[in-house]
Amino acid sequence: MTEPRPLLEVSRVTRVIDGKKILDDVSLSLNKGDLKVVIGPSGGGKSTLLQCVNFLQVPNQGDVFLDGVSAREMSRHNINLFRQKIGMIFQDFNLFDHLSARDNVAIALRKVKGQKKAKAYQRAMEELDRVGLADKADLYPSQLSGGQKQRVSLARALAMDPMVMLLDEPTSALDPELIGEVLNVIAQLSYSGMTMLMVTHQIGFARHLTKEIIFMEAGRVVETGPPELLEGGPGGGRAAEFCAKLAEVTGR
Amino acid sequence: MSTWQFYWETLIPAVNKGLGLSIALIVPSAVLGLALGLLVGAGRAMGAKKTLGRLLNLYVAIFRGTPLVVQLVMWFYGLPSLALILEGYFKPLGWPPFWRGLLLSPYAAAVLGFTLCSGAYQSEYVRGAILSIKKGQFLAARALGFSKAQAFWSVIAPVALRRALPGCGNEIIYLIKYSSLALVVTAVEITGQAKMVASLYFRHLECYLLAAVYYLALVTVATAILGYLEKKLAVPGLDPH
Ligand SMILES: Nc1ncnc2c1ncn2[C@@H]1O[C@H](COP(=O)(O)OP(=O)(O)OP(=O)(O)O)[C@@H](O)[C@H]1O
Ligand SMILES: [Mg+2]
Repeated sequence: MTEPRPLLEVSRVTRVIDGKKILDDVSLSLNKGDLKVVIGPSGGGKSTLLQCVNFLQVPNQGDVFLDGVSAREMSRHNINLFRQKIGMIFQDFNLFDHLSARDNVAIALRKVKGQKKAKAYQRAMEELDRVGLADKADLYPSQLSGGQKQRVSLARALAMDPMVMLLDEPTSALDPELIGEVLNVIAQLSYSGMTMLMVTHQIGFARHLTKEIIFMEAGRVVETGPPELLEGGPGGGRAAEFCAKLAEVTGR
Repeated sequence: MSTWQFYWETLIPAVNKGLGLSIALIVPSAVLGLALGLLVGAGRAMGAKKTLGRLLNLYVAIFRGTPLVVQLVMWFYGLPSLALILEGYFKPLGWPPFWRGLLLSPYAAAVLGFTLCSGAYQSEYVRGAILSIKKGQFLAARALGFSKAQAFWSVIAPVALRRALPGCGNEIIYLIKYSSLALVVTAVEITGQAKMVASLYFRHLECYLLAAVYYLALVTVATAILGYLEKKLAVPGLDPH
């Protein structure tokens, strides 16, 4: 039996900034429907990795394949087409400040996909409804809570019908009582078969939903394995050690 | 001639004529200056490189760094001198008289001078506004598949314009007043007319007072328009205050 071709494959990516190796020969792959979680200490290169996946940062070496299509090849023609198929969620939301929630979701449909206003708005409302914010469509980012902002940004990404979602600490900027509403949407997405690569320190959440944890430190993938990797006990590796520290800090 | 007669039949008609020219100078200079400022400010903020970047820096350095009077004199009296030199050089070679293009009318010299000077100041307001926008806005747009140009026009420019508006409006109000320097290039607008009547009748107080009232009126109208624009374009929470 042949393995199915991975939907997303990151192949030997190295990223150097100012002579410093921020990412050092990182490889990973996701099959359709996978949710994989990246954890690791601050400055380890997690955000850089995610930005290399959609070539917001161009790796110095290595390549990324989405459904077999090479990003490096695409970047010679039109990398924007490649990026359209990858949704990205940022720690600090990065909603467009001058646009209402509805327009935040609709603008890429209109400008990038060239849809008519009415069609884009209809889709925007569907996506806002999916994240439970249909009644907030006319509000501007400054009028939304952090959790609501992040849900709008999820709607914005989903409206583009991405094949893969990249999530960079989607809940770290949120007050504890707002984390749940965002994780709920992400869990729903995962159940519905969305392929996702997510950086998070929500260990409990990760344990429940992921089959694989990727532990990164100093630009390298140090450990990869099932969520049990994070359990302490004898022989626990760096990932377990990190989690224990995290638990100490968060008191969980 | 009674004082009232002087007002109604001499001073006011003269200054009214000047008002027409003032508006004809201010409106195109303000619009072109703003457009130029947008392009130059955007170019510098977005990190135009090499020759273009240096050219933009040089433009701003020169036109902010020298007095407007000097610039105006250059356009109106300096260019014809240059034309003369070019003529002496190229006419014997049988070239068509392209140097005549350097002979500007007073009106053209004034609009050119105001536009280039205003554009340099406007570009700094625009540049500051663009730099105040967090990098994440651009990143989010690129991640959605926007090209660089699309991201600039759809995401950066609308916010930058709103943030730059108070500064750009300030520059336009300033322009209304420095348009009085048009008299340096013999374009007789409000100030020029007032000056002529004043020296002819030796009534400086009334003449310049009236000129001041006209400028005040122009500035008031401009302020109202800018205030209306600011209100119309306002987006909740966009201003950083
Ligand atoms: N533009 C840049 N210029 C120089 N160094 C950078 C740049 N971007 C990132 N780095 C460095 O790269 C390293 C990895 O950064 P990155 O943001 O990817 O880490 P991270 O794992 O996401 O950390 P965190 O958990 O704090 O978000 C850091 O040491 C950072 O200082
Ligand atoms: Mg990070």
